[in-house]
Amino acid sequence: MSSITGNEVIHQYLRHNKKFPHVLCAGCGHGIVLGTLIRSIHSLSIPKDDVVVVAGIGCSGRLAVYVDFNTVHTTHGRALSFATGIKMANPKLNVITIMGDGDALSIGGNHLIHAARRNIGVTALVLNNNIYGMTGGQSSPATPAGSTTMTNPYGQLDKSFDTVELARGAGANYVARGTVFHVNKLESIMTEAIQRSGFSLVEAITPCHTQFGRKNKYKSSVDMYKWLKKTAIPVERYEKMSEKEREGRMPIGEFVKKDRTGFEEKYYAMQADFLKAEAKGGK
Amino acid sequence: MPRRKKRKEIFALGNEAVVEGALLAGCSFYGGYPITPSTEIMEIMAQRLPMIKDGVFIQLEDEIASMGAVIGASMAGRKAMTATSGPGFSLMQENLGYAIMAEAPMVLVNVMRGGPSTGLPTCPAQGDVQQARWGTHGDHPIIVLSASNVQECLDMTITAFNMAEKYRTPVILLLDEVTSHTREKIELPNEGEYEVFSRSVPSMPPEWYKPYEETVRGVPPMPPIGSGYRFHVTGLTHDRNGFPTQRPSEVVELMDRIHRKIDQFFYDIQLVDEIQTDDCEICVIAYGSVARSAELAVQQARANGVKAGLLKLKTLFPYPRRHTEKILAKAKTLVVPEMNMGQMSREVKRVNMGHASVRTINRIDGQIVTPSEILKVIMQG
Repeated sequence: MSSITGNEVIHQYLRHNKKFPHVLCAGCGHGIVLGTLIRSIHSLSIPKDDVVVVAGIGCSGRLAVYVDFNTVHTTHGRALSFATGIKMANPKLNVITIMGDGDALSIGGNHLIHAARRNIGVTALVLNNNIYGMTGGQSSPATPAGSTTMTNPYGQLDKSFDTVELARGAGANYVARGTVFHVNKLESIMTEAIQRSGFSLVEAITPCHTQFGRKNKYKSSVDMYKWLKKTAIPVERYEKMSEKEREGRMPIGEFVKKDRTGFEEKYYAMQADFLKAEAKGGK
Repeated sequence: MPRRKKRKEIFALGNEAVVEGALLAGCSFYGGYPITPSTEIMEIMAQRLPMIKDGVFIQLEDEIASMGAVIGASMAGRKAMTATSGPGFSLMQENLGYAIMAEAPMVLVNVMRGGPSTGLPTCPAQGDVQQARWGTHGDHPIIVLSASNVQECLDMTITAFNMAEKYRTPVILLLDEVTSHTREKIELPNEGEYEVFSRSVPSMPPEWYKPYEETVRGVPPMPPIGSGYRFHVTGLTHDRNGFPTQRPSEVVELMDRIHRKIDQFFYDIQLVDEIQTDDCEICVIAYGSVARSAELAVQQARANGVKAGLLKLKTLFPYPRRHTEKILAKAKTLVVPEMNMGQMSREVKRVNMGHASVRTINRIDGQIVTPSEILKVIMQG
């Protein structure tokens, strides 16, 4: 029953002048992430005109084209820099970036750490499927060590990036992780992320069966969702676990909750002070 | 007749004049990354913009981010700019292509320095001429402007913003280190003495609006993001709604339009100064600081009884073809001095097609081209 109302909400936000079908494979988690994003925006009653979705390149980058907001499909890895310009130019807008793991952590890694450090008021969604999907399954910085891809047929040698730790270290205001298996949880952290001032980052773990699963012993996309169910545990429980119990487990939930003022707010406050002083001096 | 209000005079650096011009043109967003010899533009913007209502200055983490932020700001309705030098310009080029494809107006100032690579950071050069023309992937039109003195730095910056807004395109202002770091007295124009053009915004209701629709001028109106017109912007080849397409008819329509909107307005875009070209038998074609040396050389040649003239290019691309053709009707020799291995003389030779003899003067040692060097070649005939 709830799924019916859920779809009705989503239909209000899809573009009717866009020719479907979409580019996503059967079993892909990206649509679920987009659904949670739409429901979060709907629950916060933000007008469509006040939302800007800025996407990078790849499968996740294509999500922007389907939703009826102001949408910008940028160059590979640069979504956050476009978003920074938009937010600074018009701080009233709710700017949300959608990036893949390759997008955000590899080519866009520099923009990610600086957006977090600067604490620009943008919500960054990182759709982590551990692979470069659209280019045909090459390894990304989030590909787990030991797994096989087109560009490491003998197994990934190096350690994968922990998006949450990276964002925390760089100084993001709000950092959370969810999975497309734990949809309600993902929706609630996304809602929180959109509401917060300053830079917020949500990592959504979303399976890519076509490019990652098939090469890594997941026979069907269902196996990948089962893997998410098994691996992901609430961070509160994770923190109480021993080193040994933690092995192969991934904490999900909220990791950082700070209330630093966003960069654009600070900037415009400084400017207001200048203008006030000038108005006084002029009289 | 009412007496013209006296203009304010200032003693300014070329880079400073660029900032003055930008602010007069209505620039309210600067995003950049410092690099010699363009840095003063950024430093002065950092001082000025926060003092202006809604003026935004932001230092980004690199040149790639700078271009991204400037395009973002442009889409949000701002007149936006960045400034850089050769190596930074190279980094900006992927997003420069994006700005062309998404039709985001913006101004990119490139103060050229010697290259390739990190090259000669504080020495003058004109080595980025063809980089400015072709520096992104794919076939694309571009407007590249230049300035040869400090006053022109101001004037051409205003022109750059106007063209960017008029044609919904990035405009490159190509300066060289000599022009940027020369300090001269310049006049600030009074309000109303110069044109300020702003992009056209749609007048139809949002549900009728198509962001990349064909118009008479080939330039679709552009509403700021968040103003009620919701649409998709992409670097992918797109249809009139802005959605990605690979249908040949739609691909051709888009590519035709973005070329045509620049090409058909050549009389507005191609700016030159013609000095003593009416009866010239030998004509120097120069741009940037070299044009100043050339002007003196032409005067000296005239004093020696040689009918010399100067075609000073203020627009480098689209190359001012019709001005050159007019000169080719009378001149027997063209002299193209420049601080590179011959990047603009290629254009001149292309238009010349064997009508006159084209002589080049090329310096790549980080030194300026002197009037006497040019004079020597003119006197050889």
